[in-house]
This record gives sequence, structure tokens and C-alpha cells, in this order.
Amino acid sequence: MEYEAVIGLEVHVHLKTKTKAFCGCSTEFGNAPNSQTCPVCLGFPGSLPVLNAVALDYAIKVAIALSCKVQEYTKFDRKNYFYPDLPKNYQISQYDLPLSRDGFLDIESEAKLKRVKIRRVHMEEDAGKLIHEKNNSLVDFNRAGMPLLEIVSEPDLNSPQEAYDYLASLKSILEYLEVSDCDMEKGSLRCDANISLKVKGASTLGTKTELKNMNSFKGVRDALSFEIERQGERLAEGQTIIQETRLWDVKESKTLPMRTKEEAQDYRYFPEPDLPPFIISDEKINEIKKSIPELPQEKCPRFIKVYGLSEYDAKILVASKKDAEFAEECFKQYQNKDKKPVANWLIGPLASIASKSNISISAVEIPGGKAEFIKLINLEREGSISNLVAKSVLSESVESKDPASKIIQEKNLIQISDSGSLQLIAEEVIKENSKSVNDYKQGKANALMFLVGQVMKKSQGKANPKVVQEILKRRLSDA
Amino acid sequence: MELNSLTAHALIEKLNKKEITGQEILSALNSRIKDVDSKVRAYVRVGKNTEFKGSEAGGQSNSLKGIPVSIKDNICTEGLNTECCSKILEGFKPPYDATVIRKLKQSGALIFDFKTNMDEFAFGSSTENSFFGPTHNPWDLDCVPGGSSGGSAAAVAADEAILAIGSDTGGSIRQPASFCGVVGLKPTYGRVSRYGLIAFASSLDQIGPFTKDVKDSALLMNVISGYDPRDSTSANLDVPDYTKSLGQGVKGIKIAIPGEYFIEGLEPEVKSITEAAINKLKDMGAAYKEVSLPHTEYAVPVYYIIATAEASSNLARFDGVQYGFRNTGNNNLIEMYKKTRGAGFGEEAKRRIILGTFALSHGYYDAYYLKALKVRTLIKRDFDEVFKEFDCIITPTAPSAAFKIGEKMDDPLKMYLSDIYTISANLAGIPAISVPCGFTKKGLPVGLQILARPFGEETLFGVAHCYEQNTPWHDMKPKV
Repeated sequence: MEYEAVIGLEVHVHLKTKTKAFCGCSTEFGNAPNSQTCPVCLGFPGSLPVLNAVALDYAIKVAIALSCKVQEYTKFDRKNYFYPDLPKNYQISQYDLPLSRDGFLDIESEAKLKRVKIRRVHMEEDAGKLIHEKNNSLVDFNRAGMPLLEIVSEPDLNSPQEAYDYLASLKSILEYLEVSDCDMEKGSLRCDANISLKVKGASTLGTKTELKNMNSFKGVRDALSFEIERQGERLAEGQTIIQETRLWDVKESKTLPMRTKEEAQDYRYFPEPDLPPFIISDEKINEIKKSIPELPQEKCPRFIKVYGLSEYDAKILVASKKDAEFAEECFKQYQNKDKKPVANWLIGPLASIASKSNISISAVEIPGGKAEFIKLINLEREGSISNLVAKSVLSESVESKDPASKIIQEKNLIQISDSGSLQLIAEEVIKENSKSVNDYKQGKANALMFLVGQVMKKSQGKANPKVVQEILKRRLSDA
Repeated sequence: MELNSLTAHALIEKLNKKEITGQEILSALNSRIKDVDSKVRAYVRVGKNTEFKGSEAGGQSNSLKGIPVSIKDNICTEGLNTECCSKILEGFKPPYDATVIRKLKQSGALIFDFKTNMDEFAFGSSTENSFFGPTHNPWDLDCVPGGSSGGSAAAVAADEAILAIGSDTGGSIRQPASFCGVVGLKPTYGRVSRYGLIAFASSLDQIGPFTKDVKDSALLMNVISGYDPRDSTSANLDVPDYTKSLGQGVKGIKIAIPGEYFIEGLEPEVKSITEAAINKLKDMGAAYKEVSLPHTEYAVPVYYIIATAEASSNLARFDGVQYGFRNTGNNNLIEMYKKTRGAGFGEEAKRRIILGTFALSHGYYDAYYLKALKVRTLIKRDFDEVFKEFDCIITPTAPSAAFKIGEKMDDPLKMYLSDIYTISANLAGIPAISVPCGFTKKGLPVGLQILARPFGEETLFGVAHCYEQNTPWHDMKPKV
């Protein structure tokens, strides 16, 4: 029997507002435990929540970007459960009237286009963090009350790679909207996955498991791959799948059972009486719509059309908003109509410098800025410096903080392409190396390279090797 | 007359004329508390010396300058124990003031450091469910003062307080005001900020004043009312000067008398006292007519579903993790939760948490909570209909005068029915006041409830003041 995976993802992202969802505490990451708390986010008796208007705007922005229908009437609900990281022992979330529903995200995966439907996007608050010590547990409430967005997809994904590409695409959009850092390691983006197997072509779904605890996109892909194999093996053995929540163990590279459906909690959702329902007007939606920038799915075809990039290059460059903006500024400063060389420099040498520091290309500090970068590309294109030299100049420039042109000048790196002066050197070399000259004339092609090398040596490496080769060839065939 | 038995407005006048000093008021109050509180037990955690916290200087207004105000134990006062008369909040000193406390301090009022007694978490109608034991009715020490704000009501009635603040979720201000012969007002939902009121049922709770007369009630409402950005359910509306509603008479006022409130269960004596009060208003120029509030019979069941559901969630935070009582020597987290909550909550609190948890449970939500919300809307509509034609509604505040301590403790349903006339105002979010309107043969006070449309507090003050000024009841004092 051949099976097909059915995958739906629940993504939680931190909205990067300055203050928490329902109080004025800072949302900064990495400060001393419980230094960013107040009676409201600590759930102290008598305290009341007040919705952060910016968080709501951000949430609406995401909903619009994911083509969701923003609901005119929406409300918060309480999700009740006991856990020490949850100060009120209920979470303010949204249940039956979420902020928005019925959107989609178009992704490209394994060379195929796919539309993934978004079931809902809603707001909620985060919990604190437990720190377990030998004999006791401590709670840090800095994270408690941070605004979260939950983005729930329909089970439209059919492979771990599709899930990975969906996440990458979603992350890219959220970054474009500048509403979240989407850093899985810092917990600003978290993903749970629902997965089941069904007989290929069948319409009835199999029993699903819910996977948690993945802390990277790769982790999501790996966990799903493991789970497909595990469920497949069970089905092949004639066993049933138990509906349960499983935790991804990254060290062991496997999923382990956490709790079954029978143990699932009754969250006793009911409308949050401390926050009246609110109405989102069309004006509000239109106003936010206007603030949405060009998104990657629009930017990519434009880059191809306007700057003549290949699809491959364009996709890489538009993945991050800052990088795309950086690339576009470089294209504009580069005078030639064909911007492909600039794209090559961005994706090649600059990207490799960036990756050494684990930063993006737009974050590389190029001494002298983009102007120097473009100047360097121009010198390489016109043959004044070799590609190899140009690359090493760029690296050195970034490292030493000296502008590229200063390095080129100080090291006198401009190639001699002027055939007059190169001819003089060539004549000297021919005189001094009669043996090689003869070897070449007798058909030893290697001898020419030796002579070129000699010219390079005499020119202290500045001669343009291509020009030298031409001169020597011509000169020796004449005689 | 001792200073502690005067109204706030009388004291303010004397202070302004420099006939007395603030210290004299405090001394009079302190000696009264020393004399009678061992019998009344209006206050909890009473120590040797009373302290007053307040900001006399720098306040925005000085309308209550130098006037001490007693506070119910469920309203947060910075640095002062606020325990909801529950073991589970043992030793809890809030790090902040409730908005009403901040406003009182800004008006120059002094906050009493002894809090007033109450049913644990405001769960009750008799103040018998207090961790600290019951408060006694100053008119008959064998009787309850009503509840849940029984301490505030008894303190004002026994002249152990000038002004007091309580909270009303289903009658917790009006019913004890009625039982103790003082003026108690539940404002419109959203009129007074709930920030800092330890929630019982968030969609029903309102803070309100206990006073010796209607004018003091208006004065106190002027201070505590108004929009609070910290409370999303508070109304962003201007607050009128309520003292301007006083002295306007009732001529031309249209009063509705709902038939559903004068049925079996209403004690005949209370009924005739109420009818006499209505006739008195008629004599002074008001017109009245019997009307119907057809969904009245559902008010108690609807209330006990909504209020307990919200309470079960609101009280979840009392788990021993951050503050208050925590059971020690637990083997694991679940044991800590169970033993802390098991020992920390009293009987009635546990009963309501269980009721509310059940009402919200999967499979029962639609039949209970959702249905209750729908009926709540119908109850609200009943009132809307009546207020299209009438200025106010008049009913008894409670079906009886104060009952004996212990009389209803074994029968929670009987206890719940003592709120039968007050609950609807909370469900509908409308304002209601209880003013003294007579005494039973046994000498126990009876209250008259006046209800008005949302934000119609001015109507309440106008009618109540006119009635009060033409009757002797508010001048009567209990002999403690």
C-alpha cells in the first residue's frame, strides 16, 4: 500500500512590539529574569488587561498579507489550564471568533507551485519560562504576556520539504512586514505539526499525531520525515496509529510520545470578560493595507523583468527584505544595463563573507559603502583587476575596514593591460628565455605559460595575463 | 453628637469652618472601633493602632480632604493586607493601589488600614463565609449584616466608619445596605474602574459606596467614578457632578413597579413597608404604574451560572506559586495545587469553583453558559423596554430584613435567594441604590431599591434624596 502524508502546521510568532500584549512591560529579549514584569503580566489579583493597539495592527497586517478575511467583529477568550508558567492559570487567546480566517500562502517546493490554505490567524499571549533546578523549579515571567500570533494552516502540505518551504516562505513574509524576528532559536517563531498518513488517492484521512518541540525549520522537516517513516511502519505491520502528542528529540533524531488524546485537557474556553469584543473597521483595514510593502512573491518577478536577473538569483535576493533592498540599491548604482554581474557579486563573494559571520549580505559593513562595492565590480568588469584579486580585495577591505580603492592603490593592484608597456617586458623575457621560446616554437604549448609567468613576475603580478598571452603568441608566431 | 456619627458632608463643613480638626475625627472613630468592634466585627485584622494612608497634599481635588474611608478587603491597597477574607491570600500586600484608592487619595481622603469584613471572595449574602468569622448586624447582634460587603455596611451603620467602599456582583452592596439601614449604591457597569478590585465575576462586579445618607453617596461617587484606561470595560464618558441631582424633587417622575418582585417569598412586612414608601413618593408628586419584567424568574439561575463560571477562572490564579498561602512539604506540583487550594479556600468558594468549572466544561458549555448569556440578554431587554417609558423602577432591596446568623448556612439555595431582587441589575449592567425605608416590628431596617437606565445615577440620587429628606429613617441609629 502506498501512503501519502497529510501535514498541517501551527506556527506561533512573537510580534515585535515594544511592549507586551496587555500591559506596558518591555518585550526585550535576554534580560534578567522577572525584570520585565508588572501586576498585569504577573496576573496579580485585581489587575486587568488592556490590548496593545500596535499588536493588533501587526496582527491585521499579517492577516492581510496572508490573504485572510479580517473579521469585522472579534473577541478574546480565556483558555483555562493550570501550569506554573501561566500566571493567571488561563491564557488570553481567541477561540471561536478569531481575528481572521480563510487565507492562503503560495509556495514553491520541489519545483512545483502550491497554494497552502490558511485556516486562521489569531492573537494570544505567551507564557513565562520554567527553569528547573536540582530540587526546585523557578519561573521567569519576562516572556509572559508577550504578544503572539498563531497561524494555522489547513492540512494541505504533503511532504516534509513542503513544510520546510512553507515555513521559509512564511518567515520571509513576516520579515518583510517587519512584525517579527522569526528566530526559532530565541523562540520568536515556534512550530507544531499535525501529521497523518492516508492511502494514496483516498479521501479519508488517517489518525494524526501532533509533533512539538522542534527548534529549527530543519528540525520540523526531520521530525516529519521520522514520523512518516514511523507511522508507515506501523501501518505496514497492521497496527493502528494512536492519536497523541509527540515530542521531537533532536539528539536522538526521533519523536517520543508525550500525551494521548484521552489525556487531552478541557480548556473550558469562554469569552474574556475583561476585554470587550472589538470591531475592526474597513478604514482600519485599508489603512493597514497601504502600509504593506512589496512582498517577495511580487518583488521576485519584478527583479527578473527590470534587472534581467535569472529566476534563481532573484529568488535568493528577495528572500530577505533588507537584502532585496540592498541589492536594488546596488543595481541602481551600477551603470550597466545588465545587472547580472552585480547579482553574481552579491550571491557569490559578498554572501560568502556574510556567511562567515553568520549575517545577511545587507548586514556586511563594506568600508566606503555600496559605492566602493560597485567601484570594485566595475574595475573587475573592465579588466583593471582580475576576478581573483577583486575578491580578495573585498575580503581584505571588510576585515581591515579600509575601502577597496585604498587597498588597490596602496598595493598598486591595477592590472597593466596597456600593450605598449607589456610588449617591452615581453621582449625582455623572450631575450632572457631563448630555451623556452624554442620549446614553444617546437610545439610545447606549456612553454608559453612559463613565459607568461615570467612576464607576470617582472610586472610584479600586475600584468593582465590575457593580454600578455596574446602579445606573446603574436610575437612568437611572427618570428 | 460624636464626630464619628456624622456624615462626610457635615464633617467637611465643620472642617472648612475650622470647628474641628481631622485628628478629632480619627480619634472619635478609633475610640468607637475600640468600643464596639469586638461586638460588631466590621473590620478584620484589627490591631491596637489604626493607621491612615492618604495623600493630603498634591491631590487633584480636595473634595474629601481629611475624611477617612473604610475599604472592603477585596480592593487592592498598596502595602496594606488585601486578603478577600480568605486564607489563600494570607499576608498578601498588593504592590499597587486600585484605581478607586488612587482617586480617593487624590481627593484627600484617608484610607483606613483596617479593611472591612466580607464573605470570602464576595461569595455570600451574609458575611458568614469570612475566614475571620462573621460580622454582626449593629441593629441586632444575633443577625447577619447581609453580604458580601457586610463589614462595610455594618461599619457605616455602627458609626465605625464615615464612608465605606464595597463591591456588588449580585447585590453585595445593596442587600447589606438594606439589612444595616444605610445607603448603598451599585453604579452602572463601567462607571467605576474595576482595576484593583480582586475579581469575583468580571462582567458583573462594580465598586460602590456605603454612606449614611444620599448626599454622601453622591459626593463619594463624584470621586470614584470615571473612565480608567487600565480597565477596558470602564466607560469613556464624562461624569456629571452628582450633587447637582440632589434636591430636585420627584414631581413628574415616572416609576415602574414590576409585578414579578411582589410575589411569594417576599415577607409581608417588607412588602407593606415598600408599598408605603412607593405611596410616599406618589404623595410627593411621582407617578407609578405596575409593569412586567417577564424574565425575572431566570435571573437567579442565570446569575449563578455566569458568576460561578467567571469566578472559577478568576480564582485559578490562587495556586500558591506567586503570593498568598502555599501548602508546604509537597511532593510535586499537582500536590501543591491540590493542598494549597484545598486548605486555602473555604466551603462556599470551593462550591462555586466546582459549579463554574462544570458550567464551562466541554459538552456542557452550550447548555449552561451559552444559554445563560442568551437569557441575560433577554433580561437586559426587559429593562430596556421599561426604561423607554419610565424613569426608574422601584422594588424591595431584599425579600426580608436581616436574618439570624447561622439560619441559612446549611442551605445554599435559600441563601442564594436572598439576592433575588438585586441580581438583575448586575446582569443588565444598570445602576441601583438601596435607601432605608422603614423598620420591621423587631426593629430591623428595610431597604428600598431604586433602579435606573445605564448611567442614570443622577435619577437614582434625585429620587432617593427626595425620599430620604422627607422620611426619618436615615437619622435612626442602632444601639450597639
